[in-house]
Amino acid sequence: MQTVEGISAPAKCWSCGQEVAGGQPFCASCGKVQPPQQADYFAMFGLASKLNLDLQALEKQFYRYSRKLHPDVHARASQLEQNWSLAQASLLNDAYRTLKNPVERTKYLLRLEGVELEDPRGPGNLNPSKVPPDLLEEVFELNMQLEELRQNQKMGEDDPQLRRDLETARTQFVAQLSSVDEQMRSLWSGWDAAWDQRDEAGKAAAKEAMTALLQRRSYLQNLVRDVNETLGGS
Amino acid sequence: MANERVVGIDLGTTNSLVAFMQGDKPVVIPGEDGLNLVPSVVALGPARESARPATLVGNGARNTLIQAPERAIYSVKRLMGRGVEDVTEELKFFPFRLVDNIQPGEVLRIRLADIEFTPPEISAHILRQLKRNAERYFGAPVTQAVITVPAYFNDAQRQATKDAGRMAGLEVLRLVNEPTAAALAYGLDRQKEGLIAVYDFGGGTFDISILKLHEGIFEVIATNGDTHLGGDDIDNLLIAIALDDIAGDTGTDLRRNPEAIQAIRKAMIDAKITLSSQPLARIDVELPLGKRYQREISREQFEQLIQSIVARTIGPCRDALRDAQLTPDRVDEVVLVGGSTRIPLVQRQVSEVFELPRRGKQPRTELNPDEVVALGAAVQAHILSGGSKATEDMLLLDVTPLSLGIEALGGVVAKIIQRNSTIPASAAESFTTGVDGQTNVAIHVVQGEREMAKDCRSLARFDLKGIPPMTAGMPRIEVKFLIDANGILNVSAVELRSGKQAEVSVKPAYGLTDEQVESMILESFDHAEADIHLRQLVEARNEADTILNAVEKAPSHPAWQLLQPDERAEIGSLSAELAVLRQGDDLQALRAGTEALDKATHRFAELMMDAAVASAIKGQTMQSADDKLGQGPAAPHPIAQAEFH
Repeated sequence: MQTVEGISAPAKCWSCGQEVAGGQPFCASCGKVQPPQQADYFAMFGLASKLNLDLQALEKQFYRYSRKLHPDVHARASQLEQNWSLAQASLLNDAYRTLKNPVERTKYLLRLEGVELEDPRGPGNLNPSKVPPDLLEEVFELNMQLEELRQNQKMGEDDPQLRRDLETARTQFVAQLSSVDEQMRSLWSGWDAAWDQRDEAGKAAAKEAMTALLQRRSYLQNLVRDVNETLGGS
Repeated sequence: MANERVVGIDLGTTNSLVAFMQGDKPVVIPGEDGLNLVPSVVALGPARESARPATLVGNGARNTLIQAPERAIYSVKRLMGRGVEDVTEELKFFPFRLVDNIQPGEVLRIRLADIEFTPPEISAHILRQLKRNAERYFGAPVTQAVITVPAYFNDAQRQATKDAGRMAGLEVLRLVNEPTAAALAYGLDRQKEGLIAVYDFGGGTFDISILKLHEGIFEVIATNGDTHLGGDDIDNLLIAIALDDIAGDTGTDLRRNPEAIQAIRKAMIDAKITLSSQPLARIDVELPLGKRYQREISREQFEQLIQSIVARTIGPCRDALRDAQLTPDRVDEVVLVGGSTRIPLVQRQVSEVFELPRRGKQPRTELNPDEVVALGAAVQAHILSGGSKATEDMLLLDVTPLSLGIEALGGVVAKIIQRNSTIPASAAESFTTGVDGQTNVAIHVVQGEREMAKDCRSLARFDLKGIPPMTAGMPRIEVKFLIDANGILNVSAVELRSGKQAEVSVKPAYGLTDEQVESMILESFDHAEADIHLRQLVEARNEADTILNAVEKAPSHPAWQLLQPDERAEIGSLSAELAVLRQGDDLQALRAGTEALDKATHRFAELMMDAAVASAIKGQTMQSADDKLGQGPAAPHPIAQAEFH
């Protein structure tokens, strides 16, 4: 996704000629939908690129913008306006979907900031070299147990102790996940504060920490998924 | 044209309806027969020398379904946007006659008599009937419509519905999801706030949608369903049991006898409907060779039989709740939609899933479950045409039911738009080349939740052409996928380094090309004139049949003896005349003959009424008097309301 640094320059409304703040999808004066620009999701909502968000205010604004941008509202407008409305409404929906989800919001911000996040769809996630070092031992043990359980299932055997062990492991990983989310929130505050103070070093540090934490999170999530799949499959 | 009305259409598996907004209220537009529901049955009229036979739709086509099943089709919605590999299950239960040698990925072709139709063409005939009904009602042309589709319809099924509209001469302003439309109809009365679930169990499809209502915004949070689960499945189960019974009792296998199967099907549907209000239903079907199939079925037996079908709706409900991150008790109201929700077992099941009894609540059923979707479509049509005070502030935010993905290396699906994303929704993906000088890139787009592309629904294969020749990996082609407000995918591509708009050629799976749709429009135009005449003729014949049947039974009624001899003679000669006219195809004469006989039997009808009242006074119960009434011409007057079976 190509983005423009910061908030883009103001433009003039094609209909009434008034100024439209950069990234704003409709004209504040006459309400007409504007041609889509390359605006980032934060700018679309008129927000600074910060991570602590008032979700209720975001929802309110989403509804307000939907009333202005949704294709239903422009069903009788010119074809060009209909096209813009479709583009702007989809951008609005994409932006809202991304921003209201804490993990997606963090990832989006990091990408805006030029961090190349690993493609979460890629297969590399269980690559041993990517295992967070402090988890190495546990993961090794877990993979052994998972393999054993799968073998058991193939043979039609059941080992209650093994199942209990795996369930305990799952509980641990789930607990670690929520602690990751806790840490993430404090990193957000670090980022937001650095952003407010234009503290580039602080921003860089927060970015780095968030990137590492996201990786850990996605790793843990895959572990939980694997355990769930194996346990659920018997 | 400025004030042309936009209608709302529910194109259902079993019945279809057209509605519009009259003042502040949506109302259904009845057909010529006075009935709101148009059965989704299409039949070919008798063969004609010069041209293709005309088509019949609705009640007029139902007789053909029983008498000449090879010329008629029902439940065609099950075939919309589907391929031959999807419908093997359907073919076991439905008398669809597919053309041989259809390849996987091709649009299906169905044979009626010896003419081939695609599913959208059949649907177009139904839509054209609804369009005519509306035009007759308004006395003005109707060219724009909102059409509803099951929320869980995929891209190909939606596209097929849109194509059908175009073939019928309708510009489809919007496809609206059926449960969402129902929510609109319910939400019109009062400004509701909170979470509602719409449980839509129709003739052929099941949908569950969970919505958040806030200041006139209807925001769908999650939707789920099964596009192959409906009242049809209950019917088919009962038919299969009856056929087994008959084979056991009489040693006759009727599985290859379409006429007998249609007669049994009708009896089973009647029994199913009866059991929604009565504890017991009697089944009595005439079979070939003078045999009969008779049995009684209790509601308990019926519920045991259908339990497993009804239970299949639970999983989607739970999945939708999970996707919405809600526990069942957070849902404030549950709205029931679709004819199958009249079944008491279904109502109990829904109540249980959403824990309604524990919370002292009941599912909402005030609006007729057969009509509520069409009414909601009319509301949406009204909103799109500018709206009024009644729909001010109303806005629908719907979602895409299925995740959109592209096939990546090794046949794995890379999801680019998750299910339950608010539409319109978009995603951009970059592609590049693998070989020096490569000018084409192929992309396979799929829809579904499974990990492997082969387990998902293939939507289309895109070929990106005209990429400027460069070193491998150099070009950056950005492809934009956009799901519009109809839930239909649009694709555009641009090569970023050259800024050149890449050419996207789409080969939709299971879809028709624009040219094919265009040619199908013209074809139906050619027959429009003949169709109208035949339709009117069939309807007039049905009316004549109704009154002739009634007159035939008249002499057995005591009131008959009260008529003067010359009155009886007149009825006799008029009915003989009408019977002759019934065989011909002079529409005017047939209508005049029916009217004359109708007039001549007027006094008889009155006498029958009097007799019924008199016998009631003599101490008979009203019930038995009613029974007697039913034996004569249909009370209160033979022609009052033609009923078609």
